Amino acid sequence: MLEAIIQGTLLGGYYAVLAAGLSLMFGVVRFINLAHGDMAVLGAMIALWFVQGAGLHVGLAIALTLPIMGAIGWAMQRMIFERALRGGFLIPILTTIGLGAALQNGMFGLFGSDTKSLGAYIGNLSWASWEIPGGIFIGKLPGYMFLTAILVLGAVHLLLTRTAFGRAVRATATDSEAAALCGIDARRVHRGAAAIAVALAGLAGIFLAMRAQVTPFAGPMLLIFAFEAVVIGGIGSLRGTLIGGIALGLAQSLGAMISPQFSLLAGHCVFLAVLAWRLLTGAAADRGGWRATITALVFHKSMLRGKS
Amino acid sequence: MTAALELKNIIGSHGQLQAIKGASLRIEKGEVAAIIGANGAGKTTLMRMIAGLHPCAGGSIALFGQDVTAMPAHARLKAGIALSPEGRRLFGDMSVQENLMIATENGRRGDWNLSTVCDAFSQITPLLARPAGGLSGGQRQAVAIARALIANPDVLLLDEVSLGLSPVAVDGVYQSLETLRGAMTMIVVEQDLTRAMKFATRVICMAEGHIELDGAPKNLTRAQITDAYFGIHKTAESAHA
Repeated sequence: MLEAIIQGTLLGGYYAVLAAGLSLMFGVVRFINLAHGDMAVLGAMIALWFVQGAGLHVGLAIALTLPIMGAIGWAMQRMIFERALRGGFLIPILTTIGLGAALQNGMFGLFGSDTKSLGAYIGNLSWASWEIPGGIFIGKLPGYMFLTAILVLGAVHLLLTRTAFGRAVRATATDSEAAALCGIDARRVHRGAAAIAVALAGLAGIFLAMRAQVTPFAGPMLLIFAFEAVVIGGIGSLRGTLIGGIALGLAQSLGAMISPQFSLLAGHCVFLAVLAWRLLTGAAADRGGWRATITALVFHKSMLRGKS
Repeated sequence: MTAALELKNIIGSHGQLQAIKGASLRIEKGEVAAIIGANGAGKTTLMRMIAGLHPCAGGSIALFGQDVTAMPAHARLKAGIALSPEGRRLFGDMSVQENLMIATENGRRGDWNLSTVCDAFSQITPLLARPAGGLSGGQRQAVAIARALIANPDVLLLDEVSLGLSPVAVDGVYQSLETLRGAMTMIVVEQDLTRAMKFATRVICMAEGHIELDGAPKNLTRAQITDAYFGIHKTAESAHA
């Protein structure tokens, strides 16, 4: 049980990094990038190409991939998302669906459909572990990934709270018109946020390629995990995203104890439970609190209808 | 002499509705102009157009002779036009100090900095560390004006200065604004006619998207202002026609 909790917590670091970019894009640019999972796979594929195709060391491959992903994010915001956002609510969503399909098929064309992994290029890291008292083994790779996740999310948090760019990001997320009145160019802020978001997605993709295998069509599943972590932790907060990631990881890890097939389903169940709770508490707050809602439900259903 | 701000026949629309119907205005450096008018006269739209938040469908806006019509709002601030908007629009999650400092990062230099705006708006100093979301209406208005001022603008636009504030709070804000007189070109949108007549060196009355009346308060009669405010003169002309 304790081992499952530790493993789930460590897995949460990976989910938090995966989800942080999605949360940042929604919080700042105000749209949901449905190609986020495909961006993560793209990051993995680029790193894999550097390692397998160009023969570079994994560390160097990661160091090169992240700025490339940032540049891709910046360019996508500049050339695609900015234009799509002028079209109202639906166009950006349709655009990212199309972008996701284009990325999947583009990666299929470039890299083939074979599953790929960085596991063979990271020495004993993929199977080595630390033994802690109680006969519990903690995998070194999940441990380092969790540590990296904490450091990266901490760095992004510091960037957002301690720098002029961070102030501009928060101001634009709160009120883009008022931010413009303070001399902030919302478009530049959005491009910066997109660069960070896509770089984070790329890092998550690299994590995935290290701990498992990737295919060009793995993106939609990653999007679901990212979306679940964001919803569980609360949109627009990095701390919330970390908590959401850990909750998702724990749910999957503990679910796997019941049955290996129940692992993913347990995560989805926690997501749905949190979503239902949020909707119910929101609805109850609109009707004057839980007490008023339950009283109305028990004694007079028409009171509920009357208030809506 | 080049005007601090010159509007030439500007037109502004909200969808099908034309809110500003060809307004022209020339504001000299150091002038304090008050824009008055009934609800829906187009005052706020005019201010938003000058600040670059609302597009011009026609006409031009020049700041010290430089055409700024096509500039977006963030570039207009850098050019020298700052707006303290209706509703204050502070960043509620940020501290008062962060709200002020964010407007200093536009690259403009001048006499206004954190220390000098705190001198001009003394009520701000004890609030610097507090989140802006928890301030009272008067405090929010003081911070909003200070935020516009700290950007070191050439022209300061103040929309609905006294709206929603207690008389004491309005007095406090106007006392602080008095200290800017002469040093700053100001355009103030004010619902309180008496306050506007007392504070401004020039009163501009708008009705239905037009500038109906423009002059120094001492040269305008109460009847003239009332007629322009309610568009009575125009209505009478229409009736005769």
